Amino acid sequence: MTATQTATQTIDIEGVSPPPLAASPFVGRAMPRVEDAALLTGVARYADDLPVKPGTLHAAILRSPHAHADLLDINFAAALAVPGVAAVVTGADAKRLAGAFLVGIRAPMEHWCLAIDRVRHVGEPVAVVLADSRYVAEDALDRIEVRYRPLPPVTSISQALEEGSEPLHPAVGSNLVNSRSFRYGAPEAAFARAARSVSVEVEYPRNSCTPMECFVVLADYDAAEDAYEVLSNFSGPFAVHPVMARALNVPGSRLRLKTPPHSGGSFGNKQAVFPYVVLMGLCARVAGRPVKWVEDRLEHLMAATSATARRMRIDAAVEPDGRVLALRMEQTEDCGAYLRAPEPASLYRNHGNLTGAYDIPNLTVTNRIVVTNKTPTGLNRGFGGGQLYYGLERLMNRVAAELGLDPLDVIRRNLVAAEAMPYRTASGGTLDSGDYRATLEQAVREGALDALKARRDALRAEGRLYGIGYAAVVEPSISNMGYITTVLTAEERRKAGPKNGAQATASVAVDPTGGVSVTVASAPQGQGHRTVLAQVVADVFGLRFEDIRVNTDLDTGKDAWSIASGNYSSRFAGAVAGAAQVAATRLRGRIAALVAGQLNCRAEDVRFAGGKVFSDANPDNGLSFSRVAAAGHWSPGTLPDGQEAALRETAFWTPEPLKAPTDADHINSSACYGFIFDFCGVEIDRTTGALRIDRYVTMHDAGRLLNPLLVEGQILGGFAHAVGTALYEEYAYGDDGRFLSGTFADYLVPTACEVPVPIILHRESPSPVTPLGAKGVGEGNCMSTPVCLANAVADALSADGVDEVPSLPITPAKLAALIHPPEPPRPASAAGSEETPPPAAVKGGRGLTGEGSREVPATPEQVWAILLDPKELAALLPGCEALDLAGPNAYRAEVVVGIGPVKGRYTAQVALSDLDPPKALTLTGSGTSALGSGSGTGHVTLERTATGTRVTYRYSASVGGKVAAVGGRMLDSASRLLIGQFFEKLVARAGGAEGLADSSSLLTRLLRLLGFNR
Amino acid sequence: MPPLKSTSVLTAEARHAVSIVLNGTPRTGHAHPRLLLSDFLRHELGAHGTRVGCEHGVCGACTVRIDGVAVRACLTLAVQADGRRIDTVEGLSQGNEGRMTALQEAFRRHHALQCGFCTAGILMSLTDYLDRNPKPTEEELRDMLSGHLCRCTGYAGIVRAVMDVTGRTVREVAHV
Amino acid sequence: MKPAPFDYLRPATVAEALAALADGGDDARVIAGGQSLMPMLNMRLVQPRLLIDLGRLEELRTLRAADGWLTVGAAVTQAEVLARPTLVEEVPLLAAALPWVGHFQTRNRGTLCGSVAHADPSAETPLCLVATGGEVVLRNAKRRRTVAAADFFLGPLTTVKAADEIVECVRFPLARRGSGHAFREQSMRHGDFAIAACAATVNGDHASLAVGGVAERPTMRSWPLVDGRLPPDLDGALNAFAWDLGGDDDQHATARYRRDLVRRIGRTVLEEALSCRR
Ligand SMILES: Cc1cc2nc3c(=O)[nH]c(=O)nc-3n(C[C@H](O)[C@H](O)[C@H](O)COP(=O)(O)OP(=O)(O)OC[C@H]3O[C@@H](n4cnc5c(N)ncnc54)[C@H](O)[C@@H]3O)c2cc1C
Ligand code: FES
Ligand code: FES
Repeated sequence: MTATQTATQTIDIEGVSPPPLAASPFVGRAMPRVEDAALLTGVARYADDLPVKPGTLHAAILRSPHAHADLLDINFAAALAVPGVAAVVTGADAKRLAGAFLVGIRAPMEHWCLAIDRVRHVGEPVAVVLADSRYVAEDALDRIEVRYRPLPPVTSISQALEEGSEPLHPAVGSNLVNSRSFRYGAPEAAFARAARSVSVEVEYPRNSCTPMECFVVLADYDAAEDAYEVLSNFSGPFAVHPVMARALNVPGSRLRLKTPPHSGGSFGNKQAVFPYVVLMGLCARVAGRPVKWVEDRLEHLMAATSATARRMRIDAAVEPDGRVLALRMEQTEDCGAYLRAPEPASLYRNHGNLTGAYDIPNLTVTNRIVVTNKTPTGLNRGFGGGQLYYGLERLMNRVAAELGLDPLDVIRRNLVAAEAMPYRTASGGTLDSGDYRATLEQAVREGALDALKARRDALRAEGRLYGIGYAAVVEPSISNMGYITTVLTAEERRKAGPKNGAQATASVAVDPTGGVSVTVASAPQGQGHRTVLAQVVADVFGLRFEDIRVNTDLDTGKDAWSIASGNYSSRFAGAVAGAAQVAATRLRGRIAALVAGQLNCRAEDVRFAGGKVFSDANPDNGLSFSRVAAAGHWSPGTLPDGQEAALRETAFWTPEPLKAPTDADHINSSACYGFIFDFCGVEIDRTTGALRIDRYVTMHDAGRLLNPLLVEGQILGGFAHAVGTALYEEYAYGDDGRFLSGTFADYLVPTACEVPVPIILHRESPSPVTPLGAKGVGEGNCMSTPVCLANAVADALSADGVDEVPSLPITPAKLAALIHPPEPPRPASAAGSEETPPPAAVKGGRGLTGEGSREVPATPEQVWAILLDPKELAALLPGCEALDLAGPNAYRAEVVVGIGPVKGRYTAQVALSDLDPPKALTLTGSGTSALGSGSGTGHVTLERTATGTRVTYRYSASVGGKVAAVGGRMLDSASRLLIGQFFEKLVARAGGAEGLADSSSLLTRLLRLLGFNR
Repeated sequence: MPPLKSTSVLTAEARHAVSIVLNGTPRTGHAHPRLLLSDFLRHELGAHGTRVGCEHGVCGACTVRIDGVAVRACLTLAVQADGRRIDTVEGLSQGNEGRMTALQEAFRRHHALQCGFCTAGILMSLTDYLDRNPKPTEEELRDMLSGHLCRCTGYAGIVRAVMDVTGRTVREVAHV
Repeated sequence: MKPAPFDYLRPATVAEALAALADGGDDARVIAGGQSLMPMLNMRLVQPRLLIDLGRLEELRTLRAADGWLTVGAAVTQAEVLARPTLVEEVPLLAAALPWVGHFQTRNRGTLCGSVAHADPSAETPLCLVATGGEVVLRNAKRRRTVAAADFFLGPLTTVKAADEIVECVRFPLARRGSGHAFREQSMRHGDFAIAACAATVNGDHASLAVGGVAERPTMRSWPLVDGRLPPDLDGALNAFAWDLGGDDDQHATARYRRDLVRRIGRTVLEEALSCRR
């Protein structure tokens, strides 16, 4: 075991410092990347840059503005009439030509590439327009009319668990779609024996890594062969390939899926392009022409994918010294509207390491999965780990707090001991290597924890809010394809057949000039796979780094791949690079066997170095590698008898310890487990509640480091994601299910000003499981950092006697609410002038609500008459251009509403109900436009007074779809303005304008301007 | 900005000739008035080096220089660029005898990019910015970089690369 | 995310622009820097029939300090104003606030007049205009009128500007001797629109605080100085102001937080403004 520090500034980058001896291996060196030249000069080709076939149609997708609604009908005649539009595809086409996606649990829920008769989340695809350009396709989208009947939305885990919540999938009957309990060891006895129990309850929000490049699909259908050819920046896992093929009603061999040479990031997210692969395949088939779709950012944020939200409760049985004897976990996972493959993987990915880095032999777990009216979830850096460790490490922190111990000591006391490695966890994982305690002590030393503590004490003495947090986690990598089946019962698993392993593939070939190429199915997304593979294979053949050419664009029709292929679960360094080494080594062995005769030595004694092949006994008498390697192309006749030319070798490698779940539900969910220990210092500004990360130390043991420069890049990138998760990012929804984070001005990805540079420390305990000893490293900080920061916040707040940590993301507003004293009350003099203040918006319940009241010099009968007169009503409705009677007291209205230049044309249903003349009525309205949906209810009561009538109104309104997603910041004030306009106009028409004239409210000023003060 | 001769109204339905000097070479293409400069460069002129990440001005991936000034191509119409000099990432090494510039080389050395999707925009901002402020402090530099989102690197390599070419040292961790 | 179709006019003169605007009525819209309008066009939130480009009109490039005013024409970018070496003496508040407007890249195109015309309740430029007692010069094909900043803004994206008018220029009073200024804002990230922005000025015998991001428009309140000092019950005054501003909850911050910032940052900037009087 070696200990190295590669803190950011100390890495020696090749080419900066003198090159090491040519003979020294490339693996382990900080090689700059072969990928970079193309990326830096702009010549790199991403999916949207690749040429398209002539006649290609461009797709635009119509998406639901509703969180939950019956889909009544779609009228797209006007869209088809737009010049340049070739076709409009709807759920009816999907029903005719495609199938539903396979679902990972046994439950009657169907998910299609287009909504069939119900929409279940904002942004769900409802129809596709195919046109000559994206611009024209979007023009036509605006002309499609869809009728919806809104259903009550389910917008939180607790709501989903409520008895009466509207089931998203009526055939399932409940929004709790799966529940399983597990028991390992003797937890009841441990709880009975323990000195006390400590518990935490936490919720983890929805967020996503949002790669800078959105989804791209180019699809073509060959009717003669009934085959699809699709290019997409899909990242894998290719376990989803059969799901796509099934949904397209073809065998896998007839879905040829290709990936582009470059991809603009994924972090797991590009797994979720798969429903669109199917959708665009369907579109190409319907249109009979190739189709291209480029997701835009609004679509991505609204509906691409999300990490799961999780509610977690953990009880720990603890001894007085902080030793944890047992855990009782309850996890409830919000998977969104559909259980989309490979979900519910988020919940089970860490099943083998539920006890983290700790030696806790007794465990019960209850896992529940709920569906909500939100975007379906999927792969996202950290996949389930951020959620799990947020609970577990908050718990360890609580244990320390409640027992009055140092949190670091509680961690120390519970870590798995080095002697116990490989350590079998309660739930069946095998922690493969590492000395966690020594690693922690090294971090404490090299990261200067003592100095940080001194700094905290000094700042606290000045009255500042400063805290230190810790987190220790294991980072799983190379997922066992079988872990997902832990969601099934042993009986169900027996029926379905065993699933396990993590098949990695790599091919190594020599060309006629002796050049070496490597092909893998790892679908890289910017991590530098080509560089690392060149390092690995150059070492095997004793060649120069530049001599190895690596291809990572994949073609399922031609290349070797398996269901485990792809870019996820940090499997590259361990599995894919390992497979490449295996393939190269085998090829080298075959070449050695062929050349041994020529070199007069045994095959075992053939050496490859410096571009030469020679006998160990006679290094000076070498043959050139290129000549030897190419011989199979040029002169197969000279090969020793019966020997096959050594031109290409494909290796399939699966880690040995990955078995299917046992009947007792033990599962080793990943092949290797790295260890991370983090600590940090944060300061909270007393005035603004803003949090500043003062120092962050992150210590990693990720096994053998193949390229420290790239490892550092992975850690820095993961750390930045984690800072976003902890402090900024959330896919926010209103109570009414409207989505609020549709732009990068609403979904807050941290910038260079928000991400500090952490101090990175390393220790290398090679994995005994992988060929190169490497483990995954890219996801760890997404697991450790959010909770480390939260623990630091807990420490900082504890100094002020606050025993609570806000939910993620920890925003200044949430912190301020905890550290500021109760708000001083509104002074009497500030309660507006003499008139009623503008309607106050009361948040909570469903969307926006407000109320107001006003005296008018008219009788209740006169006011009543105004309300019931369609002409008057038309004048009251903001932006009403036409109002037609549609039934008794029901109207169809054409309204153009909005604020400033932002206007939408709505066809609205307006109705008056609960008529109690001349005392009260209810006015409802709802409509959709290209901008989104809006609905509102107003209760109006009329009360006779000495001088006229008191008109009182209460309203609630909600706005959904695009305008809510991108205009969240101004939505409330804008809606209030519009609704207020209606009632103020009513008052004005009833003769109450005089009262308005002297009020200085914004509305009255506006109305005066609009001529309503007569 | 040079005053230009009046154009008559360019109608929505027609494609209009748009002539620019792209990385030193005069190029002409055609555009409807509503065509974004980012789409014009990428799909009309085939200059794919400029990337598109949000089309609402926040991510910075599409940043190009118009008459030397770094701006968002997604918030510019192609017709607005008519008659202007546009510089994109493809021009950097072209203008340097085919070799990568010192800044590009520094990006490579310091692993300032992973997927590279944000990189072109950042390079174009930097070339304008460093012309105006050749030796920024780290704080100034980060302030400028806040106009770009990078999801891969955590920005550390980018900052280091720029500080390296401008000959300034990076504040790694100033405290403790 | 692509704009709906529109005709495009790059007029040669302001008169031509105004004539086209008068003709186009509600369906015509001017574009200056495009840093607010283009995102709205791309998202199809705004769908004009005719777009009139003011960006290259030499007549609108006025940037001048004279007769007690700093005049900024409609084609002058935020970057150009920020780069003006004398800005710190002329309108120190603007010099302090402009770096908070978006980013280097968006300031390279965004204009001050565009920001004022757009009337985002959180925007810094409208706030500075209100805080300094500035003016908006409006012009249509027939006439020119000047509106005090305090009367110009009505609500989110809503101003007194008529559809046929452009903001020809905005005018900030030049800082007087003995005045003091301070600006601070709290936003989620660097370059984001403010959750609350506070601009304080101390002029002669009174102190003022203008706040953006809380109410529907930038709003100012003034208090007389007492013996050259801030009013004794400043906390009470700020609390009353905060409650009058109200504020809304959104996904990033609560109304209460916004009021907290008014009470706390408000005091800080007022104190700063008082102490930095020159
Ligand atoms: C990423 C990003 C971040 C930003 N952050 C901030 C921020 O923190 N603070 C901030 O204040 N702003 C911010 N902005 C907005 C930016 O400041 C805009 O430049 C400004 O709001 C509008 O100016 P413009 O010249 O770009 O106007 P345009 O976008 O061209 O126009 C905006 C509106 O005003 C109208 N208009 C423009 N000029 C005139 C005129 N002379 N007469 C009449 N009408 C006119 C247009 O018709 C349009 O309706 C940000 C923008 C982006 C893209
Ligand atoms: S694509 Fe232009 S800023 Fe994001
Ligand atoms: S390198 Fe991928 S977004 Fe910056």
